[in-house]
Amino acid sequence: MSTKRVETAEKYVGRPIDRLDGAAKTTGEARFAAEHRFPGLAHAALVHAAIPRGRVIAVDDAAARAVPGVIDVLTHENAPAMKPARKPSMMDISSMVSGTSVNYLATDEVHWNGQPMAVVVAETPEAARYAASLVRLTYQELPARVDFAAEEPNAVPQKSSMIFEAKADKGDAIAALAAAPASVDLRFTTPPHSHNAIEPHATIAVWDGDRLTVHEGSQGLAWMRKHLSFRFGVPEQGIRMLSPFVGGGFGGKGSVWAGTLLAVLAARATGRPVRLALTREGVYHTVGGRTPSTQRVALGARADGAMTALVHTSVSRTGRVGGGPESITSASRHLYAAENIHLRQNIVELDLLPNTFMRAPGESIGTFGLESAVDELAWELGMDPIELRRRNEPERDPVSGVPFAHRMLREAYELGAERFGWSERVPEAGAMRDGRWLVGMGVATAYHPSMRMMAHVAVRLSADGGVVVRCGFHEMGMGAATAQAQIAADELGVPLEAVRVEYGDTDLPPGPIAGGSTQTASVAASLIDACAKLKRSVHALARRAPGSPLRGRRLEELTARDGGLHHAGGGETYAEILTRAGRDHLETETKAGTLGFMVRMLRDRRRYVKAASGAHFCEVRVDRDTGEVRVSRWLGVFDIGRVINAKTAASQLRGGIVMGIGLALTEETQIDHRTGRVVNASLADYHVPVHADVPHIDVHCLDDPDPTMPLGLVGVGEVGITGVGAAVANAVRHATGKRVLDLPITLDKLL
Amino acid sequence: MTEIRIRVNGVAEALDVEPRVSLLDALRDHLGLTGPKKGCDQGACGACTVLADGVRINACLALAVQYADTEITTIEGIAKDGNTHPLQDAFVRHDGFQCGYCTSGQICSAVAMLREHAAGMPSAVTEPDDPGELDETEIRERMSGNLCRCGAYNGIVDAIKDVAAQGAS
Amino acid sequence: MKPFAYVKLADVDAAVHAVAAGSGAKFLGGGTNLVDLMREGIEHPDTVVDVTGLPLDEVDELPGGGLRIGALVRNSALAADRRVRAGYPVLSQAILAGASAQLRNMATVGGNLLQRTRCRYFYDQAAACNKREPGAGCDALDGFTRSHAILGVSESCIAAHPSDMCVALAALDAVVEVRSVRGTRRIPLADFHLLPGDTPQVETALEADELITAVELPAAPFAARSRYRKVRDRASYAFALVSVAAALEVRDGAVAQVRLALGGVAAKPWRAHEAERLLLGGPATEEAFGRAADAELAAATVRPGNAFKVGLARATITATLRDLSTEEETA
Repeated sequence: MSTKRVETAEKYVGRPIDRLDGAAKTTGEARFAAEHRFPGLAHAALVHAAIPRGRVIAVDDAAARAVPGVIDVLTHENAPAMKPARKPSMMDISSMVSGTSVNYLATDEVHWNGQPMAVVVAETPEAARYAASLVRLTYQELPARVDFAAEEPNAVPQKSSMIFEAKADKGDAIAALAAAPASVDLRFTTPPHSHNAIEPHATIAVWDGDRLTVHEGSQGLAWMRKHLSFRFGVPEQGIRMLSPFVGGGFGGKGSVWAGTLLAVLAARATGRPVRLALTREGVYHTVGGRTPSTQRVALGARADGAMTALVHTSVSRTGRVGGGPESITSASRHLYAAENIHLRQNIVELDLLPNTFMRAPGESIGTFGLESAVDELAWELGMDPIELRRRNEPERDPVSGVPFAHRMLREAYELGAERFGWSERVPEAGAMRDGRWLVGMGVATAYHPSMRMMAHVAVRLSADGGVVVRCGFHEMGMGAATAQAQIAADELGVPLEAVRVEYGDTDLPPGPIAGGSTQTASVAASLIDACAKLKRSVHALARRAPGSPLRGRRLEELTARDGGLHHAGGGETYAEILTRAGRDHLETETKAGTLGFMVRMLRDRRRYVKAASGAHFCEVRVDRDTGEVRVSRWLGVFDIGRVINAKTAASQLRGGIVMGIGLALTEETQIDHRTGRVVNASLADYHVPVHADVPHIDVHCLDDPDPTMPLGLVGVGEVGITGVGAAVANAVRHATGKRVLDLPITLDKLL
Repeated sequence: MTEIRIRVNGVAEALDVEPRVSLLDALRDHLGLTGPKKGCDQGACGACTVLADGVRINACLALAVQYADTEITTIEGIAKDGNTHPLQDAFVRHDGFQCGYCTSGQICSAVAMLREHAAGMPSAVTEPDDPGELDETEIRERMSGNLCRCGAYNGIVDAIKDVAAQGAS
Repeated sequence: MKPFAYVKLADVDAAVHAVAAGSGAKFLGGGTNLVDLMREGIEHPDTVVDVTGLPLDEVDELPGGGLRIGALVRNSALAADRRVRAGYPVLSQAILAGASAQLRNMATVGGNLLQRTRCRYFYDQAAACNKREPGAGCDALDGFTRSHAILGVSESCIAAHPSDMCVALAALDAVVEVRSVRGTRRIPLADFHLLPGDTPQVETALEADELITAVELPAAPFAARSRYRKVRDRASYAFALVSVAAALEVRDGAVAQVRLALGGVAAKPWRAHEAERLLLGGPATEEAFGRAADAELAAATVRPGNAFKVGLARATITATLRDLSTEEETA
C-alpha cells in the first residue's frame, strides 16, 4: 500500500466527539430489529426440548392448534426442509457462523436441553406464546453427558488451527517448575457466562418469491447472509439483511442461531412476514455463551522474581453439535519473559448448547488464571506485584521471539501506580480498613491480540461537498459510525457534519464481522484507501484544468483541508473542482481479494506480535461480617495505539471493565448437572452488574500510535474485560488474605 | 377484546386489546411507540420503563387494561414543546449509552427519579435522618432497576448529576 | 398467557363477590408477580378481578397507637410514609431494599404478602416441582440451592419466600385483615404464611376467595430503633440470600426488648422466637448475639449449595444486633 499520500490536517481523530446516533437513541426514534411493522405480520414462538438428548417420538399439537389465532404449528413432521449446515472450514468463514450444526425441524433428534423442536405461528404474539406452551412432546431419552465438572478429566488436546495455536513449548517448564526456588501451582475454575445483551435476539423475515428481507440485530451481516443463502437455497444477492441498530452483541449476535433460521423458515412455510422475538429464557436456551473452564497455572521463579517456569493448561467445552475452542492460554504466550513455558488447551464435548464467542473469548477467563497466579507468586516472594511484573517484562515475544509491534505495559503500570496511589497500599493482607469494610488493592494486566479483517468501503464525494461513507459494518454501541466519520472527515479535510455514514445493511459493500476487536481498524484501513483514491481522482480533475489554482501541482504538495485540496499558495474546494468538471459526484470503492488478504494477514502475524494491553488497578471493600464485596475504585491504563474518539473509546473500555466486574463477582450461567438445563435463565437470576455495583471507573489511554496498524489504532472492544477478574481477586486477596480460585467471587467463599 | 381509552404522550388513544396484552406490547405493537423496550418481559431489566401519571413503572408487568384512563408518558413524549429534555442532551454529552437499547428506560426512569427525590422519597441508601442529597451513591441505588449491559453506568450517572445540578441552580 | 376475563371494581363487597362467584378467579393488584406468573403459565385464572380501584390505599393511625395500612397502599408510598419511617424504620428499610423503584411503585402491600417463591425450578415448566404440580417431585433438592431455604424445609419443597417487606412485618407482630363473602377475619402475620410440609402448594392461610384488606401494626415504641439488613449477590435489585429485621432496646447493658426475623431462609418470613427468648434479659454483647443466632439456626437443614447460609445468617444477625446496640449506646 505504498500509494502517494496527501497530507491531511487532522481535526477530528482523537477528539471526544458525541455519537452521531445520539439523538436517535435518546428520543426512542431508533428502530431495532423487532420494531419494524409489516402488513400481515405474523408472530412466532418456540417450543423448547425439555430433555438433554434423545428423540421426539410424538407431537401433540391439537391444543395449540385450537388456540384462536394460531396459523400453524411447525415441527419435524411438517416443516419445509432447510439444507443442513456446512462443515466449518477456514476457507469459507461463513461456514463458521453456524451457531450449531442442527438442522432445526428437519430432525426429531434432541441435542441439548432447550433445543427448539417446534415453532408456533399466530396472528398475535400472545396467541403464539400461549399456544407454544400447549404443544406436548413425548421423548425417548438417551444418555447424555452434561456435567462439565464431572467430564472435564476426559478432555482431549485441542487441535491447532491456522489462526489459533493450542499449545506452546519453550524449554522444559515442568522440570524448571520442580526446581524453582519459589513457586505457585494453582487450579482455577470459571463458570459459563451469557452475553445478556439487553435486546433479546429478534428476527423479522419477509419473503417475496425467492427474495428475502431479514431484520435482525447482527454482528456479522455478510456471513449471515451467505449462510442463509446456503440454508434456504436462494441466491445471496436476493437476500437483504438490515441491522442499523443492534441492542448489544458481545459476541452473541455473531453467529446464526435457531431464532433467525426458524423465523425465515416459518415465513416461508406460512407465506406471511414473520416476527420471532425470543423470550429472555429463549435466548438462554438457543444462543450459546462462554465456555466454563478449569485451568492450572503454575509459576516458578528465582528469589529475585525472575520467572523460570510458566505452565498454563486449560479445559473448556464445546457442544457435540458445534462450538469451538477458546484461546484460554493466549495471554500466557505473550506476557512474561519466563525461561520455560508450557501451554496446553484441552476440550471436552458435551450434550449442551454449543459455546460461542463472548467478549474476549479465552483471554477474559485465561487472564483470570494467569494474573491471579502472578499475584500469588508475588505474595510467595514477598514482592510488590507491579515490581514482579516489571522484572518479567519481555523485550520480545517470549515464545516466538518475534518483536512486539507496540508494547507499553511498563508505562501503563508506572502511570497507573501514580494516579491510583499505589504507594499508599499497605503491603500486608487485611491491614487496610474503613469501618466495617476491609479494604484491598489489586492489579492485573489486560491483554488482547489485535487483528484486522477484510472490509469493502465505498466513499462518495458530491459536488455539494457532502461525503457518504458506505460499508456494511455493525453498530452495537461501539460508536463505529462516529469513529469512521471522524476518520473520513480528516482524510478528506471536510467538516464532520458533511460526512454521512451508512452501515448495517447487506446492500452496502460488505464490512468485516464485528468481532475480535477488529472492526474499527479493518474499516479504517479500507476507508483511508478509498479516501486516498478519491483525492487522486479529484487531483486528476484539477491538475489540468485551466483556471484551477491546483493546475500543475503534484499530489504530494497538497493538503486536504477546508473541504478541498490546498497548497501553501492556494487551493479550491471539492465542490469547485467537481462543478468545473461537470461532475455530480465521484465515487470509489475498495476491493480486496480474500486470498491476498489472508496471505498478507498471516505474513504480518509472523512479523509482529500485535495487541492491545493495559494495567488494571482495583480497590475493593469486603464486609468483615458478611463477606460482601464492593468494588470501590477502578483505574485502567490502556495501550490501544492511537485513540480515534476519546469519548467512545473510554466508554467501550469501561463497558469491558463493568462486564469484568460481573465476571469477577456475580455472573454464572447455572447449568443443572443432571439435565443440562440452564437453571437461572432470567435477568433476575443471572446477576449482571447494576448501577450500584459500579463505581466511577477512571480510564486513561496512552494514545501512542501502533506503527503497524492503520492510523496506529488498535481495537478496544475486548481488552477492557481482560484481567478484570484477576484484578478483583487480587484486591480481595489483599483485603482478606483469601485467594479465591473459583469464579464468581461470591460472599460464601469469603465467610 | 376490551376497548379502553388511554392517554399517551398527551394524545387520547382508543385501544381494542385483549386483557392479556401488556401495556408494553400495547404501546409497541398497537400504537407503534417502540421507544419503550422489551429486554426481559419479567420486570428484571427496566428497559420498558414508562411513566404512568408521572410515576415510573415497568410496562411489561402492567396489563394495558389496568391503565385505562391513565396518562402514560414514553420516551417519545419526554421532550417538551419541541425541545429535547435536558436529560436526553446530557445522555449524549456524557455518553450515557452505547447500543441504545436500555436508554429509553434509563431516561424515563431518571426523569421520574429526580421527581421522587425532590418529593422526599427515601432510598435504601438514604440515612434515616438525612434529607438525602442526590449524590452518586443515591443515584446509583435509585437507578439500579435499569440494567445496562454495555456498562454505560458512569455516563448515565454523570448525565443525571449534570441535570440535577442544573435544576438546583 | 391464557386468555381471561377482566373486571375492575370500585367496591370491596363487589370485588369479594365477584371472586366468590367464579371458580378460577383471582384478585389482581399491582401485577408485578401475578402477571409474570400468568405469562409463565404458572398461574392461569379464568377471571381477573382488578382491585386497584378499591378504597384501600390509606395509612391510618390506630387509636392507642399503631398503624393500619390499606392493602392497596403502594410499596413506595408505604416506605416513604413519615410515620413508618419514624416509628417503624425497619419496615421502610425492608421495602426499599426490595426490587426496584419501578416495581415498588407498582406493587401493593397485599400483593407483596402473596408473592410466590422465585425458585427457578418452580418457574421452569421442564423441572419437577411439587408446588407447581403437587406430587411431581422437587428438582431443587439436588439442584442449585443458593437461593433456597434452610429452616422449616421438607423433602417436598425447599423454596424460600422472596419478600423483604414481610420479614419486617413478621418482626413487628403485624396482623393481616382479610375479607370474604363470609365476613372479615384477622390473621397474625406469623400464621399467615405456611411451611411446605407435604403441601407446598398451599402457601398461606388465605382462602382462595379472601381479599386482603389491610395490615395492622401494633404500637411498638421500641421499634423506632429497628433496622433491616439485606445480604445479596449484588449491591441492589436482587433477592436476599439472607436478611435480618431487628428491633432492640437495651437497658443497663441488658436486652430489654428484642424482635428478630429472618428472610431468605424459609418458606415464610422467619420469626426468630428461640433467639429472642435467649436474648431477652441477657447481656447485649456480640457473644450473646452469636449464641442466640446459633440456637435459632441449630435446626437448619442444609444442602451443599446453601450450607453457607447458616454462617451468613449468624454473621448478619450478630452484626445487625451489634449495630443496633452500639447505636443505642451512642444515642
